[in-house]
Amino acid sequence: MGLSDAFTLVCVVAGALLFLAGTLGLLRFPDTLSRLHALSKADNLGLGLIVLGLLPLQTSLMGGVKLVCIWLLAQLSAATASQLIAGIAARRKPQA
Amino acid sequence: MSLVFDIALVAGLIALALHVVVTRDGRGAILAFIAFGLLLGIGWARLAAVDVALTEAAIGGGLTGMLLLRAHAHLAREIPPEAMARAEPRRWLAPAIACSLVTLALGAVVLAFPRPAPSLAHQAVASLETTGLGNPVTAVLLAYRAIDTLLEKIVLILALVGVWSLSRDAAWGGASQLRPAIIPEPLVFLARVLPPFGVLIAVYQVWVGADLPGGTFQAGTILAAMALLVMLAGLRPAPPTQARVLRVMLAGGPALFVLVGFLGVAAAQGFLSYPEAIAKPLIVGIEAALTLSIAGTLALLVAGPPDKAPAS
Repeated sequence: MGLSDAFTLVCVVAGALLFLAGTLGLLRFPDTLSRLHALSKADNLGLGLIVLGLLPLQTSLMGGVKLVCIWLLAQLSAATASQLIAGIAARRKPQA
Repeated sequence: MSLVFDIALVAGLIALALHVVVTRDGRGAILAFIAFGLLLGIGWARLAAVDVALTEAAIGGGLTGMLLLRAHAHLAREIPPEAMARAEPRRWLAPAIACSLVTLALGAVVLAFPRPAPSLAHQAVASLETTGLGNPVTAVLLAYRAIDTLLEKIVLILALVGVWSLSRDAAWGGASQLRPAIIPEPLVFLARVLPPFGVLIAVYQVWVGADLPGGTFQAGTILAAMALLVMLAGLRPAPPTQARVLRVMLAGGPALFVLVGFLGVAAAQGFLSYPEAIAKPLIVGIEAALTLSIAGTLALLVAGPPDKAPAS
């Protein structure tokens, strides 16, 4: 097992753990905002670590660029969706 | 390891399907249906049918889900919630029995498959050269079985005509009002940032569809999603349905398809057969025109019947 394989393994496992933690948070946290917080950790950092881990496996530069683009697009949509949901939650319960 | 993943995937699919059928909460059922479409897309990808996976995720998960959500919102406004929640036992009994019978029959058919399964895949790949394409799926859709694809696109246009005919007389030829009462800032931001990337990805999908997974339907859905995003964020109003440009765009794809089809009678072996020398440019041209018309049709299907009187 080469150094790059070890890097991939560590990154992807860390990413998967973040997804697990995010899912646990989504299920167990008490209110909408903290659940969103848990979810966005998984979406951003978890997916980012998995993409980072898969980068050394790419044979071409284009493949790597596409992976990074997927991560960036997922970031954008996850951030927007979180803002939208948080906005609705804030409108429903202004004191929270 | 991949067996574990597949079993988890199938278990998730069955659980979601049951949830969609059993739950009393209409909106919850639709959301579960969207998740079901996305999981099903992963399932198709596991079966190495990437073209089907992309279409399932885009149409089955995304677009159908949005259509259902809008229909549900309409219903919720007009029907009191207690009337929607009430269900009579006999009303679900017949569909349940029918669905079980279909499931059993499908299971029996799948188990009765001869081994090896009969397949036209070898012929499809062997004749690829004559079309100039590299993706056998696109070759099947646009060359070998082009008549199916053509009829499918015409059905889409008919569906849109059906939706438009639901509008009131005064609004005929007008535009749909998609703008929600409150437009959150992040949505506007997304509608400004995302469309250029969406258009780029759609163009890429059409272009790459000739040789790799991708194609008109996936690209059309992405374009439709971008158009809807812009309209929902209030950046641009929905186009009036009587606009000549819009109608030409909608009918253009199928019309070009039919035109090239008849060209085949004169220049090749018959209806919908391409002259071999220019097969690929013809197919890519048809795909481009079809993408625009699919995008327009899908976006306007979601936008719903026009409800604002035309300007003139």
